[in-house]
Amino acid sequence: MDRPLLLHVAVLLGLTALAVNAAQSAEPPQPDSARQQALVHLVRQDCGSCHGMRLTGGLGPALTPERLAEWPDDALVATIIHGRPGTAMPGWERFLNESEAGWIVARLKQGFPPLD
Amino acid sequence: MRLAALIPALALGLAACASTPPDAVRGTGDLGVVIERAAGRVQVVEHSHNVSLGTVAGLGDLSHAHVAFSRDARYAYVFGRDGGLTKVDLLTRRIDKRVIQAGNSIGGSVSQDGRLVVAQNYEPGGIKAFDADTLELLADVPAEYAPGKFSRVVGLADVSGQRFVYALFDANEIRVTDFSDPKKPVTTRYPAGKQPYDGLVTPDGRYFLAGLFGEDGISLLDLWKPEAGARKILTGYGRGEEKLPVFKMPHLRGWSLAAGQAWLPAIGRHEVLVADAGTWAETGRIPVKGQPVFVMARPDGRQIWVNFAFPDNEWVQVIDTVDKRVVHTFSPGKAVLHMEFTPRGESVWLSSRDSNRVSVVDTATFALRKELPADAPSGIFFTSRAQRIGF
Repeated sequence: MDRPLLLHVAVLLGLTALAVNAAQSAEPPQPDSARQQALVHLVRQDCGSCHGMRLTGGLGPALTPERLAEWPDDALVATIIHGRPGTAMPGWERFLNESEAGWIVARLKQGFPPLD
Repeated sequence: MRLAALIPALALGLAACASTPPDAVRGTGDLGVVIERAAGRVQVVEHSHNVSLGTVAGLGDLSHAHVAFSRDARYAYVFGRDGGLTKVDLLTRRIDKRVIQAGNSIGGSVSQDGRLVVAQNYEPGGIKAFDADTLELLADVPAEYAPGKFSRVVGLADVSGQRFVYALFDANEIRVTDFSDPKKPVTTRYPAGKQPYDGLVTPDGRYFLAGLFGEDGISLLDLWKPEAGARKILTGYGRGEEKLPVFKMPHLRGWSLAAGQAWLPAIGRHEVLVADAGTWAETGRIPVKGQPVFVMARPDGRQIWVNFAFPDNEWVQVIDTVDKRVVHTFSPGKAVLHMEFTPRGESVWLSSRDSNRVSVVDTATFALRKELPADAPSGIFFTSRAQRIGF
């Protein structure tokens, strides 16, 4: 199997796992406040390398509520965790788990919190 | 009536006096700016005594900010992510002119004769030329590659003859725009490799190199023989191995040439690539601590300094260009984003975003000379860039 295909399978498996997870617990666990702060820093500063510190886009697309509104949460979580083959978006699974990615997606859709 | 009209004028005059620094008569050859990215502010610094002279605020979104300097090295042109282009007076430390020239911008450069400032933009994709004194828009050159489709522009570099060379991330092209007649720019297109992410010209302005994200290799255009088109060098350096994820795009500039070799970041590999600067054949690769972001030669060419993408971005490594190996590894702070050498290279300034400081390090002994506080600093730019091609 070539790499893009493998990644798609991985993404699908990830989505399935998420769906199962969601079915088991309606309320996903929230990161504690220190971790939330670390995630805000990661998104604004390091995701910001490509998406802009104000998340208005750069080499990567804007991550504003308007831009993300049409995307299902699961697809966005999968993008964060596994990246998007064929684009410059890497997977961040070494640094985040899926519930943390879910927390980020929910915040992005509301308007992301500022740096402390 | 007359008196009433005078009062505001007097107040203005007093305000101007209050903000004029006492050392107004001085040179600018040892000045520079440090970007405080989250605060939308720059510090004006001086590297003869390693001090900060003051700040200039109100510059907008400075993530991915770039700075070029006027020919007289008095003014800094600050390019913000939000399309802001600000002309900052380094002597009075005030904003001289400011325009919002695009929706999303990543930098710019100054023409050979110093009269034009050219910005490179992601949105709308293309380049724009401005009068260097007034920031009046002179020419808009969209990077249109198909009807209604505009590419993000990367790697803009000034070369001789009022020309600017740049690459199109979305269109796999290198373009050269000639602003000899600023209001009637002439653009020539050269097909190049996949997804060029940044570019550089060699210090003589002869070769333009575009680093490629979409394939292993570098696209090379000889500006003395542009009709021959772009060719690919260092092809297949990954040898079909799976790329490591790239958590930050590398940057290229003209300081990558040293000791007759080009020193370049490998994409998706923890290596610095080395190529002969005459034949462009690969002559080596040096394993390093992470994905390189900046690979910068000390001005004399004896050392190459390398910083890294997240998550290895607290490290800096120094390569000896004769032995072609790492001779020093250290951490000046957390999230090291940029380095700038003093004009003759006895010191290097390093910004550590997450440690909120700039470190001045002796390049001969690697001793720390000074630490200066700064609010989430990113780029450091010294006025010596004003006299160099491709900055």
